[in-house]
Amino acid sequence: MLSFISRRLLTAVPTLFVVIAGAFFLMRAAPGGPFDADAQLEPEVIDNLRAAYDLDRPVIEQFVRYMARLARGDFGPSITYADYSVTELLAIGLPVSLKLGGVAILVALAVGCLLGIFAALNRNRWIDYVTMTVAMTGFAVPAFVVAPVLTLIFGLYLKLLPISGWNDGALSNMILPVIALALPQIAILSRLTRGSMLEVMRANYIRTARAKGLPEYKVVASHALKAVSLPLVSYLGPAIAGIMTGSVIIEQIFGLPGMGRYFIQGALNRDYPLVMGTVIVYATAIILLNLLADVIYGYLDPRVRRE
Amino acid sequence: MGFLTKRRDQQLAAMQAAGRTVGRSLWQDALRRFATNRAAMGGVVVLLLISLLAVIGPMISPHTLEDYYWEYILVPPTFENAHWFGTDSNGRDMFVRTFHGARISLTIGVMTTAVALLIGVTWGSVAGYFGGRIDNIMMRFVDVLYALPLLFFIIILVTVFGRNIYLVFIGIGAVEWLTMSRIVRGQTLSVKQKEYVEAARALGLSNLQIVRRHVVPNIIGPVIVFVTLLIPTTILVESYLSFLGLGVQEPMTSWGVLISQGAASIDTGPWLLVIPGTFLAVTLFCFNFIGDGLRDALDPEGR
Repeated sequence: MLSFISRRLLTAVPTLFVVIAGAFFLMRAAPGGPFDADAQLEPEVIDNLRAAYDLDRPVIEQFVRYMARLARGDFGPSITYADYSVTELLAIGLPVSLKLGGVAILVALAVGCLLGIFAALNRNRWIDYVTMTVAMTGFAVPAFVVAPVLTLIFGLYLKLLPISGWNDGALSNMILPVIALALPQIAILSRLTRGSMLEVMRANYIRTARAKGLPEYKVVASHALKAVSLPLVSYLGPAIAGIMTGSVIIEQIFGLPGMGRYFIQGALNRDYPLVMGTVIVYATAIILLNLLADVIYGYLDPRVRRE
Repeated sequence: MGFLTKRRDQQLAAMQAAGRTVGRSLWQDALRRFATNRAAMGGVVVLLLISLLAVIGPMISPHTLEDYYWEYILVPPTFENAHWFGTDSNGRDMFVRTFHGARISLTIGVMTTAVALLIGVTWGSVAGYFGGRIDNIMMRFVDVLYALPLLFFIIILVTVFGRNIYLVFIGIGAVEWLTMSRIVRGQTLSVKQKEYVEAARALGLSNLQIVRRHVVPNIIGPVIVFVTLLIPTTILVESYLSFLGLGVQEPMTSWGVLISQGAASIDTGPWLLVIPGTFLAVTLFCFNFIGDGLRDALDPEGR
């Protein structure tokens, strides 16, 4: 198991390097720069500004200097938010996104699995049809349509929940963003669980468990669930990526001070260090969480540990 | 399609009556199974209807994309002045905008899928056909890309290189080919080892003939299914970009742009969100139904 984890960790390093280099050179390859909009500045001022952010050097040298800085854990200063370093901005944004995304994925997993299992156990009864219709709808109606509709109903008409803002992650501020973020994943997870559950319930060992007289809940809980969880774990990686990209939009819609907002602001303003910082954090998170999913999978199914 | 199979049935009956045996190809079997799937056929009909409206919708309305009506601002759907879907906060006709958006969204869906198809099939079939070391290197490359937050790269791409529609095509297509290449590689690998390929080789068929007669027909099923599921994904990605203001630019519009504008004025004009949102959702529904139907039709044992 340990060698399995370390092998996976070793492939994570080059992947992260590809991300950093890719994002870095992609941004530098485009014409123009972060100070294009400041047309009122004197050319000498712009030259000084460019020098301050290393932008006057050859691209390769910029990259080496950036990597050296990064190795010391320094993401550099932000260009748009002139008084902040990127590290400070990430320290503001990361906890917000982490809390939002973490709660959303837990909600999605819990609700998606339960719905899928109930639908499968009541196959072709009304509970199955209702669940699968809801799942299909959640799949076809994107989060950026669901979110405004939710704010309209619960925020403006019923006046039950705040329509935007973070308020230090208060429960009432979290409810709508979490629902909007989790809904598409709930849709996919419940369909996956249902399909996998239907397959597992036909297996011989389930028939054996029933034959020896176990009550149905025990058959499900102690025999079926482990097999059902395998496809779910392998979907964890894409689910996490989906939650992260979704949270960029959700943060925008609900005005939450998370990483997604800094990423979009940074990209729009050509704030190179800020974009690099957010992309590195996102990529690290995705890579590490994929690794975690792999490890869980390897634990559940020992065959994949030996490649 | 119902009438098609009925006519075939009649032909078959006539031929059988004449004492001739006729074979039915696997494709005809698949078509027959697909035609009996009501959800999938419904999806085809609705999708054709939406495509038709995308083509003729902007023509049957008396308004154009660039008409501004200052006396009709934020009007709900009405027959007055032929604003069937109402107007937006700039007094522009929503009927025209919705179906113009349909044109762009559907075009982007099909074009980017074509890009993804081209790269994915080439990459996957080369890796699968040659196998060994080449396969290993090519698929490792795909693995690395798979682990990247690629949507963030598209966002960087369109923000720094300017927002142009071709960049959106290429960007999304360049991201979505990964799964396609994996599917094609897996299929090619398994088909390559089948006895009928060996038999064809023993009979002296050339490589090209084997690929054309035996490999392509056998890998094309999963690819078609994946394409019908990829089109809605790319439409969704484009809407996502446009929602963030990074996709299609004014005066052109897409469903993503309309939904974004509708979301901004949801309290004053809910129809601005509901109408394009419904069309987007219905389109995604249709593609998913068709994809599921095709999967069941092409791979009946896999159910």
